[in-house]
Amino acid sequence: MKKGLWYWAFIAPALFALVAVVVAPLLLGVYYSFTNWNGIEVKEFVGFDNYLKLFDDEEFIQSLKFTVLFAVVSIFLINFFGLGLAMLVTAKLKTNKLLRTIFFMPNLIGGLILGFIWQFIFTKAFDGIGQAFGIESLQGWLSTTTTGFWGMVILMSWQMSGYIMVIYIAYLEGISPELIEAADMDGANGWQKFHSIIFPLVAPAFTVSMFLTLSNTFKLYDQNLSLTGGGPYNSTQMVAMNIFNTAYKQLDMSYAQAKAVIFFLIVAVISLLQVYWNKKREVEM
Amino acid sequence: MKKAYLLPLEIFGIILALIWLSPFYLMLVNSFKTKKEIFSDTLKPPADFTWANYVQAFKELDFAQTFFNSLIITVGSVVVIIIFSALAAYALSRVKSKVSTVIFFLFVAAMLIPFQSVMIPLVTIFGQLEMLNRGGLIFMYLGFGASLSIFLYHGALTSIPKSLDEAATIDGANRWQVFWHVIFPMLKPITVTVAILNTIWIWNDYLLPSLVINADGMQTIPLKMFFFFGEYTKQWHLALAGLTIAIVPVIIAYFFAQKQIIKGVSDGAVK
Repeated sequence: MKKGLWYWAFIAPALFALVAVVVAPLLLGVYYSFTNWNGIEVKEFVGFDNYLKLFDDEEFIQSLKFTVLFAVVSIFLINFFGLGLAMLVTAKLKTNKLLRTIFFMPNLIGGLILGFIWQFIFTKAFDGIGQAFGIESLQGWLSTTTTGFWGMVILMSWQMSGYIMVIYIAYLEGISPELIEAADMDGANGWQKFHSIIFPLVAPAFTVSMFLTLSNTFKLYDQNLSLTGGGPYNSTQMVAMNIFNTAYKQLDMSYAQAKAVIFFLIVAVISLLQVYWNKKREVEM
Repeated sequence: MKKAYLLPLEIFGIILALIWLSPFYLMLVNSFKTKKEIFSDTLKPPADFTWANYVQAFKELDFAQTFFNSLIITVGSVVVIIIFSALAAYALSRVKSKVSTVIFFLFVAAMLIPFQSVMIPLVTIFGQLEMLNRGGLIFMYLGFGASLSIFLYHGALTSIPKSLDEAATIDGANRWQVFWHVIFPMLKPITVTVAILNTIWIWNDYLLPSLVINADGMQTIPLKMFFFFGEYTKQWHLALAGLTIAIVPVIIAYFFAQKQIIKGVSDGAVK
């Protein structure tokens, strides 16, 4: 099986696309971030100026804090609900197929559209319910930072729990019924079964689910744009939106690119650490 | 004893499902109301049922054209991704060498790169090459989509024995023929997974096409929806009818292919 012309011919199209679309822009982007590039030409090399500016950029720091907090809360809730739903629909219910279909459904629809639907729910339907029952806390949603934050958490949990559910189901269905029966015979209660059998066996699912929820929440843009638009006063703006606005609204290209490089480093480091920790934990279990 | 807890659990599941569907319910009932009626009550079914919102939204969204635009981009990109990812994965899995390992690693590592990190230079380069058009967009989807697809094909290919290729080669087939006549048909289950994952992603993608083909007559459903929503932001009766129109084709497709879709998502994540 000698490597021949066919080898390179088969690989070339995909590899060329990867280099042109991802690798080259990434490297070029790193270069631009050290210059005063304005989107058209590079006038001079400015060293770390763009990066140093980041420390005084309150809006960027706020968006970073908001993103981290949002990601942590969402990852926890999505995995909690995802595992819960998976356990519910793998119990022997008559409706389990239908329930799976319903819980998964939001994932087929684009984040932009889901955000618009929930904007209606939070601003109009919540308001209506709040007025009808005199619940003040349901009124004025998305007009404050806190309600904007929880609005996004609710939207993402509603959307992604069904996705993560599907992953947990795959692992839960892999647990042999004999194992559970044996535990039943030994007199194990529900918690003991969950803690000693189910939990360790779905551990690999955590690795996958954490990776997916992390990358989806941390890089979120569409839902952020359509639900809150970053408002009020950019206080619910996430990093992805901050980068976009710096580049295409303030037209500060090289500075936006420095943010983009930092964003890449954060995402890469967190993802690698997360996979490493989870793999280690799986082995230890 | 085992059955005793099933009924309450069943009821709990149904209540939860209704809560899950409630946003769609609210969208649907209010899309048939007049502007005034939404203002007075959002929760009740419409008293004056009207199709007028739909007629106007359909026209403003130029929905037939917009749907067609989404279809071209999605089908074009998914076909291109399937062909070139399968070919690359085949070569990388059959020739075991340092070069193959490095290239495979490069594809996998690229999955860690967030879109926003390459977005600005990417759009600039393609703008200078005058490639901010449909062809350019499909090429970009190949670049972003190849990683996961190659990863999935690569995994599936390791379970297809090499002896199969060798037998076909002895019979006089060349690599191209071996791949398309022997190997690719055997990859059908993973091709379905690759197709489903990429379709969901590309059909719904907003940011990339907004930077590449955001011109009249080319806009896909999410792009047109964003524009439409901006125009009618205080007119929920029209906005909700527009959102419903955008969702209906997806729900119909889901109704017919739900088993494959859920299986595809599950296989794509677990493997």
